[in-house]
Amino acid sequence: MLLSYLKIAWKVLLRRKFFTFISLFGISFTLMVLLVVVAMFDHTVGAHAPETRLNRMLFSNFLHIKYKDGGNQNTPPSYYLLDKYVRTLRTPEKVAIYSNFHATPSYVGNSRLDLDVKYTDEAFWQVLDFTFQDGKPFGEADVKAAARVAIINRTTARKYFGTEKGVVGQMIEINQTKFRVMGVVNDVPVMRVSSYADVWLPITTSPDDLRRVKLDGDYSAIILAKTPGDIPAVQAEFDQVIKRVPMPDPKAMDHIDLHADQLLASYSRQIMSPLTDYGSDGTAILFAILSGIALLFMLLPALNLVNINVSRIMERSSEIGVRKAFGATGGTLIGQFLVENIFLTTIGGLLGLLMAYVALQLIGGAQILAYAHFELNWRIFLWALLVTLFFGVLSGVYPAFKMSRLQPVQALKGGSK
Amino acid sequence: MTSTTAQSSSVASAEIGVATAPATAMIRLADIEKVYQTKTIETVALNRVNLTINKGEFVSIMGPSGCGKSTLLSIMGLLDEPSSGLVEIAGRPVTSYSDKELAGLRNQKIGFVFQSYHLINDLSVLDNVELPLLYRSSVSGKERRQRAHAALDKVGLSARTNHFPSQLSGGQRQRVAIARALAGNPELILADEPTGNLDSVMGEEIMDLLLGLNRNDGVTIVMVTHDEQQAQKTERVIRFFDGSQVS
Repeated sequence: MLLSYLKIAWKVLLRRKFFTFISLFGISFTLMVLLVVVAMFDHTVGAHAPETRLNRMLFSNFLHIKYKDGGNQNTPPSYYLLDKYVRTLRTPEKVAIYSNFHATPSYVGNSRLDLDVKYTDEAFWQVLDFTFQDGKPFGEADVKAAARVAIINRTTARKYFGTEKGVVGQMIEINQTKFRVMGVVNDVPVMRVSSYADVWLPITTSPDDLRRVKLDGDYSAIILAKTPGDIPAVQAEFDQVIKRVPMPDPKAMDHIDLHADQLLASYSRQIMSPLTDYGSDGTAILFAILSGIALLFMLLPALNLVNINVSRIMERSSEIGVRKAFGATGGTLIGQFLVENIFLTTIGGLLGLLMAYVALQLIGGAQILAYAHFELNWRIFLWALLVTLFFGVLSGVYPAFKMSRLQPVQALKGGSK
Repeated sequence: MTSTTAQSSSVASAEIGVATAPATAMIRLADIEKVYQTKTIETVALNRVNLTINKGEFVSIMGPSGCGKSTLLSIMGLLDEPSSGLVEIAGRPVTSYSDKELAGLRNQKIGFVFQSYHLINDLSVLDNVELPLLYRSSVSGKERRQRAHAALDKVGLSARTNHFPSQLSGGQRQRVAIARALAGNPELILADEPTGNLDSVMGEEIMDLLLGLNRNDGVTIVMVTHDEQQAQKTERVIRFFDGSQVS
């Protein structure tokens, strides 16, 4: 039975090559765009090295200060704030504090090499899963002593030393200061802003005065919970502690918003702040908006397919009449039509997957985003499959229902031969 | 069980005296009316038709175009519903049957042959003939093939199983259609002008095929036709005019 359906489906596709092409193109193109977006999304907020333990991680990287005169200040928090209030939390397993990355000049011979430098504490290397090609991370003693040591990524090793091998122990000059290379790690894509850099240095070697008492600064924290289930407890303690932070200037400042959010929520809290006023992380609204856009985006080719399907049914009314005359029930016909349609959309889906793969290779190859390496993984493939099925059912149900409701005698009259 | 039902219902019909139905009634129509209603006009296609077709009969229905013969055939074949009246197939009143039950009955009991063949052009001859068996869950794929081959053998087309309808002549297409009607071993074949699109030689061939089925296999056949000569070959001729039976 299924084979017979597929045979028919294939024949119908070949019979109307142009329409088949149009509808397949609509599906494939839409799916390609969706997959590229999903792949980028996954690349940015999915659990990838070095942020492999995302389900236990909370990020605190964005401070909002509300002033009594109605003014606002959006800034990363200071080292003081994170060190004094966040590092001392009791519920987490570990807290890592690090600076944002900044392009810092370096010279190879006479040519300038801009390196993105990030200052971190020793916990940074324990919370994140960096892959060390060579050497090891700096430890507590190095940070305490403000040792002039550096961890560099492979690309920097290649660009600065001309090789990735035997670099550990050599000196690298950054901003006119010499650092001894302690380790070489795999490149991290720039979209992972928390872990990304070209060079990582001990936080104590930063030119900033870390002890200065102020709220705004240039730092972030990653809080590692003991288990994924611990996350709410950590967040609760975090919120309690932040509430008690005294305002340095109580006359001018009204309150501050500093939160510990999971990776996606840490982004959406900023993006959605005009709607939520920092009161919630806004992921629900963000997801609603994104799914709405995705749905609208898919609706166009789906409606196109509905239209093509309806006219196709009229063409095939003789077949429908005959099938009914020889014992097909309405339900059987709906089944047949859905199978055909899912078959069509699956072909479109596979094409879309192929196109998405090519597109991602092109985007990755163009090096628009540093160290971006997009890939289609199983998660994305399942997404694609789900979207394709959604297409197939969405665009098939209405026409199939319409078809099944035809009276056999009408259907037979409608068909010419 | 089926025969008991048939008997009891035929007794019932004898009592109300609508038609003289013996125990072997294949189809019984009682007071069938079919009215087509548009916003402004009401057209009566069938006007109080009472008719019984017995098992094993070969009946032809004649009449001018638009007299309601095809409508009648559609109602007999459960492809269309009457506006009022009673339809019994093999003793079972089907008026209250659901879509699913009607489909089952068509599948098990009835084979259709149409004037314009209505073969599915995207399917091979063999796949076309298999169609009625596709909707029987009890028939395996292998058995389906065998029975389709046997049916094609019967109509003399066993050499053309892998052809497509477009590669066949009109007479051959109609023979495929007959093979399809036969594949499910129906008790009843309803043929709507089966020779209407064919020349006289091919028409004869098809007619002989139907006569053979009726005589040798005992299949009940109801045929709508315009051809007086062919009608005369059948056991009984029913004539229609303006939606009513005239003889």
